[in-house]
Amino acid sequence: MAQALVKTERDANQRRALISRSIFLIPGLAYITIFMLVPLGFIFFYTFLTRGTYGGVEYIFTLENYTRALDSLYVGILMESIMIAAAATLLAFLIGFPTAYAITKLPSNWQNVFLLLIVLPFWTNFLIRTYAWIVLLNTQGFLNKGLINTGLINQPLEFLYKPGAVILGLLYAFLPLMILPIYSALVRIDPAMKEAAINLGASPSQAFRQITLPLALPGVLVGAIFVFVPSIGNFIVPELLGGGKTVMVGNLIRDQFLKARDWPFGSVLAISMVVMLLILFFLQARVNKAVLGEKSG
Amino acid sequence: MGSKLGWLKLPLYGALLFLYLPIAVLIFMSFNESDAPFTWTGFSTRWYGELISSPEILTGFRNTLIVAIAATIIAVVLGTLLAVGLARYQRSAALEAIALTPAIFPDLALAIGLLTLFTNLNYALGLDSVIISHALFCAAFVTAIVRGRLHQIDSSLEQAAADLGDTAVGAFFRITLPSIKPALIAGALLSFTLSLDEFVIAFFTNGPSTPTLPIVIYSMVRFGVSPEINALATLVLLTSALIIIIAQRNLKVKDQI
Repeated sequence: MAQALVKTERDANQRRALISRSIFLIPGLAYITIFMLVPLGFIFFYTFLTRGTYGGVEYIFTLENYTRALDSLYVGILMESIMIAAAATLLAFLIGFPTAYAITKLPSNWQNVFLLLIVLPFWTNFLIRTYAWIVLLNTQGFLNKGLINTGLINQPLEFLYKPGAVILGLLYAFLPLMILPIYSALVRIDPAMKEAAINLGASPSQAFRQITLPLALPGVLVGAIFVFVPSIGNFIVPELLGGGKTVMVGNLIRDQFLKARDWPFGSVLAISMVVMLLILFFLQARVNKAVLGEKSG
Repeated sequence: MGSKLGWLKLPLYGALLFLYLPIAVLIFMSFNESDAPFTWTGFSTRWYGELISSPEILTGFRNTLIVAIAATIIAVVLGTLLAVGLARYQRSAALEAIALTPAIFPDLALAIGLLTLFTNLNYALGLDSVIISHALFCAAFVTAIVRGRLHQIDSSLEQAAADLGDTAVGAFFRITLPSIKPALIAGALLSFTLSLDEFVIAFFTNGPSTPTLPIVIYSMVRFGVSPEINALATLVLLTSALIIIIAQRNLKVKDQI
């Protein structure tokens, strides 16, 4: 009888735990399922369908959308997008690493101030920050005027509407996303490790290369993904700063959905982009594990 | 400060100059008297006055405000519940990854997914579809911030409340909620700004008759530089920056309690 009481009480407790767990978890997870996972499933399903005559889709199964994506025109655009996003990522690393390293050398209260200054632009309006470069780089803009006034050039230079301008715009937009993860990887490095290396006869530059750099690698990879991912799917920077001459995969996807109304083909492009990003995330997790020496399982 | 930096001053101040120079020039030009976009003729605040008389901008502003407030309310409720659930009831790396994915997933992929969903449901696009869509990624940011806060605070008080017979929901309102309040405020402010400035998802999930402010700005900047955009841009930039600074201050109260 006592046992039965304990059992019912345990059952009641378990039921209560289950209920409270559901109250907290189900609304959010259901929302994400309905508005993110199901739509992604739709997009994947669409890749096998036929484009409708007046937009929309017809339920005729085909693999033609995939073969069409292999057309050299689209492969070329994808390649150029990868090159542009990679160039922005590399530049962000070259600028971001020393910047993050410099911040770690500041007194801790100043570190917070500088970190806020670095991220602040990132949280403001993306369109406006891109537009600001048109004001600066236009043939009649500030930079050209300054260069002419100092006598460095006679004729205004055309900075905009080239792949270089697109790379610059992406670098500008996402540089903070490179600096932050590198910074947090660098501050977590135990200074004792570097001291130990120097005490054992390593030069400061050796200690930097063999201790700091490898331990910062996970942060660099997170930063690289954070810059590369939003760059490759971006269509605003190519449109505003590339003047429509530089077409990236983001522009192509946007146009398939809003202009050409070829949703199945747009879906193939979007799914390829997502798959590429998932591969990057997977590789990053692998490297992370290797560097930090975590045991799996 | 900075004496130890040596040559590292160059990248640090160089990066800040790079980040702020275009914004500074934009703000400067918003006070230009003439309507020549690139030639400075004198100081004036006339373009700020012109903004108020533009019906497109006012409508866009009103729509954006509605979306940002509604999306923030949904995001704070969903994100907070999810954060508490993940931190206290079900620790799972997989669920956590799913909960945070909307924050880092490419906005274009989310946007076309949502457009496809609404179209299939025959749901008419308008402000409500933008609200639903914005709440998705805003909730992920709220989850991240609140979860970070929950990891810092001790769960023993909640445990004690539960041991004393309080229900999970009761303990949540009496113990957990007050202690995560700063994170809630920060999360709400962050999701409000994110929604205020979001363009891509709004562009895909909005109907033709209810443009949000970023959509209005997009249609303006496509036609080139104008002092009116500069003035509008300055106001939008400063609003976001102010909200983010307030949000940051709330995150730093972690030493209290």
